Amino acid sequence: MQTKCGVFFESYREEARLLVGGFQKSRFAAFFLLLLASPWFLNNYHVSVLIFINIAIIAAVSLNVLTGACGQISLGHGAFVGVGAYAAAYFGFQGVPFLPGLLLAGVAAAIVGAFFGIPSLRLKGIYLAISTLAAQLILEYVFLHWDAVTGGSNGMPVDSPSIAGFAFDTDRSMFYLTLFFAVLAVLVASNVMRTRFGRAFIAIRDHYLSAEIVGVDLFRFKLLAFAFSSFMAGVAGALWAHYTMYITPEPFAITLSISYLAMIIIGGLGSVQGAVFGAIFITILPEALGYLADGLSGVFPEVSSYLLAAKEGVFGLVLVLFLIFEPEGLNHRWKLFKSYWKLYPFAH
Amino acid sequence: MEYYLQLVINGLVVGSIYSLVALGFVIIYKATKVVNFAQGELVMVGAYICFALTVQFQLPFLAAFFLTLGFSVVFGLAIERVILRPMVGEPIISVIMITVGLSTVLKSLVQLFWGTQIRVYPSVLPQEPVFIAGLPVSPVYIAAFVLALVLFGIFSLFFKYSRYGVAMRATAYDQTAAASMGIGIKNIFALSWCIAAVVSSIGGVILGNINGINSQLGHLGLKVFPAVILGGLDSLLGAAVGGVVIGILENVLDGAAKEFLGLSGFKEVAAFIVLVIILMIRPYGLFGTHEIERV
Repeated sequence: MQTKCGVFFESYREEARLLVGGFQKSRFAAFFLLLLASPWFLNNYHVSVLIFINIAIIAAVSLNVLTGACGQISLGHGAFVGVGAYAAAYFGFQGVPFLPGLLLAGVAAAIVGAFFGIPSLRLKGIYLAISTLAAQLILEYVFLHWDAVTGGSNGMPVDSPSIAGFAFDTDRSMFYLTLFFAVLAVLVASNVMRTRFGRAFIAIRDHYLSAEIVGVDLFRFKLLAFAFSSFMAGVAGALWAHYTMYITPEPFAITLSISYLAMIIIGGLGSVQGAVFGAIFITILPEALGYLADGLSGVFPEVSSYLLAAKEGVFGLVLVLFLIFEPEGLNHRWKLFKSYWKLYPFAH
Repeated sequence: MEYYLQLVINGLVVGSIYSLVALGFVIIYKATKVVNFAQGELVMVGAYICFALTVQFQLPFLAAFFLTLGFSVVFGLAIERVILRPMVGEPIISVIMITVGLSTVLKSLVQLFWGTQIRVYPSVLPQEPVFIAGLPVSPVYIAAFVLALVLFGIFSLFFKYSRYGVAMRATAYDQTAAASMGIGIKNIFALSWCIAAVVSSIGGVILGNINGINSQLGHLGLKVFPAVILGGLDSLLGAAVGGVVIGILENVLDGAAKEFLGLSGFKEVAAFIVLVIILMIRPYGLFGTHEIERV
């Protein structure tokens, strides 16, 4: 593990810590306190952006386990999130309380994800990408046409979540709820990466033959990666459904899958922290563009309408520019930034 | 029966356009091993350029058509030079994502210039249907099919006999060996993007003549995947056969689903169900190289 100069570990336990050293811990605590306090000084709109960031973090971190760590490219993650959302809505409609419903939504998504992961046992790289693309489009079709369960194009209403009589019906309470699950997702993902499962995933990504030779059961671990990742995606979808309180098939289209992939690529493939950075960046990007358009509309009235129309294009452009100029992602830049200050004023 | 025959004919026409788009896809994949998710957007851009030239600049159709081809050449070269060149040697997911990014950029550019509503080409060919085996077929359909056939003929000959075609095949087979025999790999890459852009914009112009165009045209690019997987990712013949077969299958299955199951819009998904089945049975397709790594 990369640490500061002068930090020595005296036991394995110390080495396995997520946060090393007093400064890192206090920095993290300060950041976390700021985050906890944020809904009290932000307006509702900003809090709702934060909620979407939390949900995106869960989904991006989960995709990162599948694609970043295990090397299984998935163009169907948006649909798996959708499965979770619809399952949560369906179980909620059947009278299942929030927490068990959340679990069931995750399980439903895990089953669907593992099912569409089966081709990964025979396919790699581009072929797998295309088969998950097929999964995405098939699931989209199911969302739209299985009227009895999904409500078809009319969509479905979903209740606000409530736990033991406490209803999470304000943006502020939803923020804390989603933040809790986002933190949980980050912790689970970071810890999975450090266990034998995570190491098996990485071995499969790096060289599947060597992995098999050292005893990794490819069949089991690939399906496990798909199931685990889809489970978390399903939880993200369930939270999404409970927050927006109404779901239709539109948001769970291929563009969602692409933006999740963009999050982990822009953040930095294979790193949990990178996925978090990417989720924040991609969720804020359209909001920032909206602000920019608002700000410019006073000066050039026409620019703003163009800028709003071009939101999607800007997303694509950012993706292209990142891949060309910063292929290692934001996480890499963050490390460079930290090491710059660590070494300052000696650049090398 | 007649209903299905009509579906088959419609499928044949749509399929021949899929084939053209698939041809562009296969050429890029064959020479550069890049999977181009922006293939449908190349079709869209070609269609809109031709539309702009004929309707907005009032050029005669043929002149506009050839200008569009000229534009596509430059466009293909530009994409290769600016976007794909830096990606040589990057992991497959990055290359996929950069073409995905390219596709969203192209789509929003088209929306910026031409909006989202459907635009219709002025009719070039006569409107009265021609009767084939008792079924009415629009001349545009016949033109589309014939044009696709001709293009496939040309490209088969090109790859088999021309200097550049052979060089492209050599590059596809082994880049290092080709480079050491004095083939300019970069030129080959550029050429393949050029050809792909040209073929796609021909497809786009044909489509514009049949249905009119809107900014959702790029969605067509997704339909290419079942077609090329069925035919084999790196086979020209496969692209031709795969496109037509998927076109017909999709129409017939859609008709059958409507008649027997009462399902609407099955067309959107039929090809992808077929795709999953093909991938499970024969991932390298009907005519593709058998080199896919089994896990």
